Amino acid sequence: MDKDINIKVKVWRQNGPKEKGRFETYELKNISQGSSFLEMLDILNEQLVNDGKIPVAFDHDCREGICGMCSLYINGHPHGPDGEITTCQLHMRSFDEGDTITIEPWRSAGFPIIKDLVVDRTAFEKIMQAGGYVSVNTGGIPDANAIPIPRDKAELAMDAAACIGCGACVAACKNGSAMLFVAAKVSQLALLPQGKPEAARRAKSMVAKMDELGFGNCTNIGACEVECPKNISISNIARLNREFLKAKLKD
Amino acid sequence: MKKIDSKVPKGPLAEKWTNYKNSQKLVNPANKRRLDVIVVGTGLAGASAAATLGELGFNVLNFCIQDSPRRAHSIAAQGGINAAKNYPNDGDSVYRLFYDTIKGGDYRAREANVYRLAEVSNSIIDQCVAQGVPFAREYGGLLANRSFGGSQVSRTFYARGQTGQQLLLGAYSALCRAINRKQVKLYTRYEMLDLVMIDGRARGIIARNLVTGKLERFAAHAVVIATGGYGNAFFLSTNAMTSNGSAAWQCYKKGAWFGNPCMAQIHPTCIPVHGEFQSKLTLMSESLRNDGRIWVPKKMEDAEAIRAGKLKPTQIKEEDRDYYLERRYPAFGNLVPRDVASRAAKERCDAGYGVEPSGLGVYLDFSEAIERLGKEVVEERYGNLFQMYEKIVDHNPYETPMMIYPAIHYTMGGLWVDYELMTNIPGLFAIGEANFSDHGANRLGASALMQGLADGYFILPYTIQNYLADQISVKRFSTDLPEFEQAEKELSDRVNRLMSIQGKHSVDSIHKKLGHVMWELVGMTRDEKGLKEAIVKLKEVKEDFWTNVRIPGKRDDFNMELEKALRLADFIEIGELMAHDALDREESCGGHFRIEHQTEEGDTLRHDDKFAYVSIWEYRGEDKAPVMYKETLEYEFVVREQRNYKS
Repeated sequence: MDKDINIKVKVWRQNGPKEKGRFETYELKNISQGSSFLEMLDILNEQLVNDGKIPVAFDHDCREGICGMCSLYINGHPHGPDGEITTCQLHMRSFDEGDTITIEPWRSAGFPIIKDLVVDRTAFEKIMQAGGYVSVNTGGIPDANAIPIPRDKAELAMDAAACIGCGACVAACKNGSAMLFVAAKVSQLALLPQGKPEAARRAKSMVAKMDELGFGNCTNIGACEVECPKNISISNIARLNREFLKAKLKD
Repeated sequence: MKKIDSKVPKGPLAEKWTNYKNSQKLVNPANKRRLDVIVVGTGLAGASAAATLGELGFNVLNFCIQDSPRRAHSIAAQGGINAAKNYPNDGDSVYRLFYDTIKGGDYRAREANVYRLAEVSNSIIDQCVAQGVPFAREYGGLLANRSFGGSQVSRTFYARGQTGQQLLLGAYSALCRAINRKQVKLYTRYEMLDLVMIDGRARGIIARNLVTGKLERFAAHAVVIATGGYGNAFFLSTNAMTSNGSAAWQCYKKGAWFGNPCMAQIHPTCIPVHGEFQSKLTLMSESLRNDGRIWVPKKMEDAEAIRAGKLKPTQIKEEDRDYYLERRYPAFGNLVPRDVASRAAKERCDAGYGVEPSGLGVYLDFSEAIERLGKEVVEERYGNLFQMYEKIVDHNPYETPMMIYPAIHYTMGGLWVDYELMTNIPGLFAIGEANFSDHGANRLGASALMQGLADGYFILPYTIQNYLADQISVKRFSTDLPEFEQAEKELSDRVNRLMSIQGKHSVDSIHKKLGHVMWELVGMTRDEKGLKEAIVKLKEVKEDFWTNVRIPGKRDDFNMELEKALRLADFIEIGELMAHDALDREESCGGHFRIEHQTEEGDTLRHDDKFAYVSIWEYRGEDKAPVMYKETLEYEFVVREQRNYKS
């Protein structure tokens, strides 16, 4: 049964990309365990505004676990202690009376801080723009049923396509690697016949862009898979490595 | 009375679009390079339009409010997308999809637009498959379909419960490619706050860089609004937190007409409100109504005991349960359309039979389905939704019924557009949920995705050329022109005025007050007295906002409170226009239910003789009442009937 709890939150505050950051601790009384984690932050911000202070900036949008906008490193875990969900789906019943909750932004060289808990994830955009697509123009397309695709292939592609691009994998990785993100997109398109003609070019250019943007290497730790809110499997990284190697051997 | 020209082409229904395309003006490749198009929004409509216009050779500037186009709220659509492929061989056709859509909209949409939507639906599926969208497939490798509300055929294509996500990622990938090829320039974390007009034409926008807080100017030969709906006027809705009506509203204030503002859709199966700090509502897919049975207790004392926590739903005997949809609508039962199911839930809760502690909730029960099909089958069909529900509410829907209640989900109303998707302002276009065009008074499930992509991939890229063909000799505009100067100054003054209020209340606390008025008086059911009361109360909310709002921080900075305040200022005015429109439309149709106009059984009662029109509102200035024009909806091809779900 949900009850009301009193907690403290230790929040990372940083005015801008170049400014020095620090933790600040706030007390919150009578937080319903039925409220979501972001609603708890809404309450904190309401409190701060009423006290004439600057509210905490954090990213969020759909609040139903699909847009990938929310982030937050909560008590040492991207998207918090509960599994298979994003921060916006996390509820306060995961916490107890008297807890102190530490809230930090994604920390990675690839994601510079914009303000407080908001980070800049444009690096993901650049990786996608480097090749995360099938090169087809609008129109003049053959009938959708012209190419049958085995159901298990389509399902595997869908598993990879479930990535929401939130960046938890990068935040979880001690090397700050974006391999799981890149692997998910490369895998989805490599598994489908539509993606085959450009598979080699795609794998090479996306990996090259990832390296260029300062993301680290993959050393098979597997933290990304554990923390991924959408259960993207690291077997996709193995597939990316194969695709990359195949492409390089052809050169 | 102003002349309303919808520019619907002459000829038989099935030939209108072909005839239009055959006779419209085009722009040659060399000239396309010299023409700039601004597309505001990166959801299904915006991303598909920007990518396609870029591929065609136009110079496109695309604006995104989030940090990535992939985050637009189209991504949250669950169920699927309709198309008239007739792959299951169950009798579907372009005409049937057209007919179901026009009937589902309670005969308040334009025939020619809806027919064109059905006509291009098939190309959308082809396009998405080519992009690598992993739609569900049969074992033979061909595409799978499922059925949805409001039709007798299986025409819905889907990708698990994440169809919107996969379609958006498809459009996003096309957009990424266009950006890489320098056909589109993308601006992320930008919000359009004003439209710039030169000599009566749309020629640019003023947008706020949400990171620096600076106002910036952008010029183009045409402006496309693809910024979605205004459901967040109700504060609590299934819309995303940044979904807002400001871009469309600023166009309205510059003279663009607003069509059918009162038409809003309330979705019956959402997780009920749990406390005063709730920030948004979560939708549970319509598909749940295929197997779930909706009920409340028959006895008032049982309902009271449940609300007090003294009784569990599983303890209520079968004969003491009121399956009210099955009782009232035997032919359709739990699968009545969204507007009907929503009103029926409200009726029971208002009568005191609600089961949530607040009194606002009904049961959606799977016990009979589990008994009939087994837990495994139910889990296979709805497992992800059950998991989502349990994470939020902490109740296991396999053991105890879900609790649901209706919530605002979609707005059918929006910027008025003609057949070419152009507003009454030359050069200003509106696509997707932002326009009023295709859903009449009620949208069918799986049709929003279809409309967004139809507009963006296949309709606007044609129709916009008919306008731009006349603009080829118009040189690029400088943003130093006095029109830009003035628009920025007015906006800047407005921002300063907001920042200087320094009152006592947060933006959210006033937004909640607005939401309360809207939901109680302009929500699921409306009447003359309530709407008049709403108009008075909305004035008070407006007054409260402009005297008491407190926005901390600086204006030229990353300032989320200021962002919200700018949006709220517009939501209040949108709410006022919705109330006026709802008061004016003295009939019930689709999602617009006037208590005074219902059948004996409590269903919508249209008055086709008086209200078979689109209400078009024109802004006349700050302290002046808006003027209303009517676009008469002549039905040449379909006969209007009363919707019946009983027999």
